[in-house]
Amino acid sequence: MTEATARETLIYTIARLLEGTSHVAVGASSPIPAAGAMLSRALAERRGGEGVRISILGSAEHNFFTQGAGELFDCAAQGRIDAFFLGGGQIDGAGNINLVGSGDYPNSDVRWPGSFGSAFLYYVVPRVILFREEHSPRVLVEKVDFISAPGTSPPGVYRVGGPYALLTGAALFFFEKDQGRFRLESTHPGHTVEEINATTGFAFACPPQVGATPTPKEETLALLRGRVLDELSETYPQFAELLHTDAIGKAA
Amino acid sequence: MTAFLSASELAAKIKPGTKLAMPPDGSGASVGLTKFIIENGARGLHLICAPVGGLQVDMLVGAGLVATIETSAVSLGEAGAAPSFTRAIKSRAIKIMDATCPAMLTGLVAAQKGVPFIPMRGLIGSDILRTRPDWTVIENPYQKDDPIVAIPAIRPDVCLFHAPEADRSGNVRVGRRGELQLLAYASATTLVTVERIVEKSLLGDEATAAGVLPSLYVSAIAELKNGAWPNALWGEYAQDTGEISRYAAAARTREGFDGYMASFKQSMAP
Repeated sequence: MTEATARETLIYTIARLLEGTSHVAVGASSPIPAAGAMLSRALAERRGGEGVRISILGSAEHNFFTQGAGELFDCAAQGRIDAFFLGGGQIDGAGNINLVGSGDYPNSDVRWPGSFGSAFLYYVVPRVILFREEHSPRVLVEKVDFISAPGTSPPGVYRVGGPYALLTGAALFFFEKDQGRFRLESTHPGHTVEEINATTGFAFACPPQVGATPTPKEETLALLRGRVLDELSETYPQFAELLHTDAIGKAA
Repeated sequence: MTAFLSASELAAKIKPGTKLAMPPDGSGASVGLTKFIIENGARGLHLICAPVGGLQVDMLVGAGLVATIETSAVSLGEAGAAPSFTRAIKSRAIKIMDATCPAMLTGLVAAQKGVPFIPMRGLIGSDILRTRPDWTVIENPYQKDDPIVAIPAIRPDVCLFHAPEADRSGNVRVGRRGELQLLAYASATTLVTVERIVEKSLLGDEATAAGVLPSLYVSAIAELKNGAWPNALWGEYAQDTGEISRYAAAARTREGFDGYMASFKQSMAP
């Protein structure tokens, strides 16, 4: 039995979260979400289902857009994008995300790049997956210092999209929209609920039984290490190489 | 008519205080002209990123030419944070007007259409909206109780980008980089650097004409080989990842930035 690496489990988890979508977009500098979207497409094809479209920004081959930077946002506004990924320097328990900086705005103690498309896409894409590998109290905070985009909106504000899940390097949460909070779904291999409690800076719902995050089986791993890495290497050659080295290390 | 200039003549079109718009890394940022812009020395620039900034923005900030940045992000992508930008925010050396990508693009589209604003979804409840007193929430005039943000037109004085080729009439092939056409429509003056100037008319071939920005919108062109380097230029060359990482590492300190820029100017020397 071949074992999956931690990153491969993340990629597989993303692919599972994307099940049932027909068009997934992935932003710039997002190799793990891109790999997850590619695996989701490959798995859907293996099942013989409807084809999944993916638009990887920064890719020429895996990208449908021909009208420039604005097309992604127009496409999302029209409801043609089912899923997207956002991260954050800070993410809080209400699903608010901060991509701008910590401390007092505008002269932040730590300044991050900026909000990118979040203050729009979070509102209009139905299944936004928050992805951040670091699982720590400095990232998962009680309240963000700056709201790049809010987790929920009051009635009367146009809001067809929002957070669906939060995936970190240690656990998977689902967002409970009606409660406006996260619920712990599973912990990844090697991580425990106690650890998640200790390293999460916000309160979250925690059912009495929390399972382990499923890891990819042999056939899925073969697909990931073959076709998906090939596809990924066009946009993310260094990351594809890293995944490959990881997998060899695991097998040794 | 479109003027054909040298790179330094092109850079001299950028005056102190210019509202200067530019595309992202890998989508036609004219990094090669940066050396000439720094030599030209116009300060107090108001940069408009369409919709994000990268290497060129960071270099201009590091060189002390920038007063204000209107953007949805500044980053070196895989190479990490933009060091000069980060430093300038901390030391209050520049004013930041944080936005979100589609708001930058919507503002430019409003300028393209010659209208004062265009309404846009999202933003309500964010601190981006709260910290932008120049943006207003209006009521949808066609439906009760439907607030929506009115994004005012963004009208750059000058936009600058790099493209693979131009013809002798000043038509520029931009391919599927629609944001470059948008920049040109929205800006009073459009400056373009190109890898080469070709003898045939770029509008002559029906198969590729749609990806050509007509000379009507192009103020001046300078030939500048490898003008996007170390970023990629579509259909021409790949990103020089090692060089961008070298910049990212060097520019972590003020001294490192100065040292890097001295050799960068050398390496770009014609």
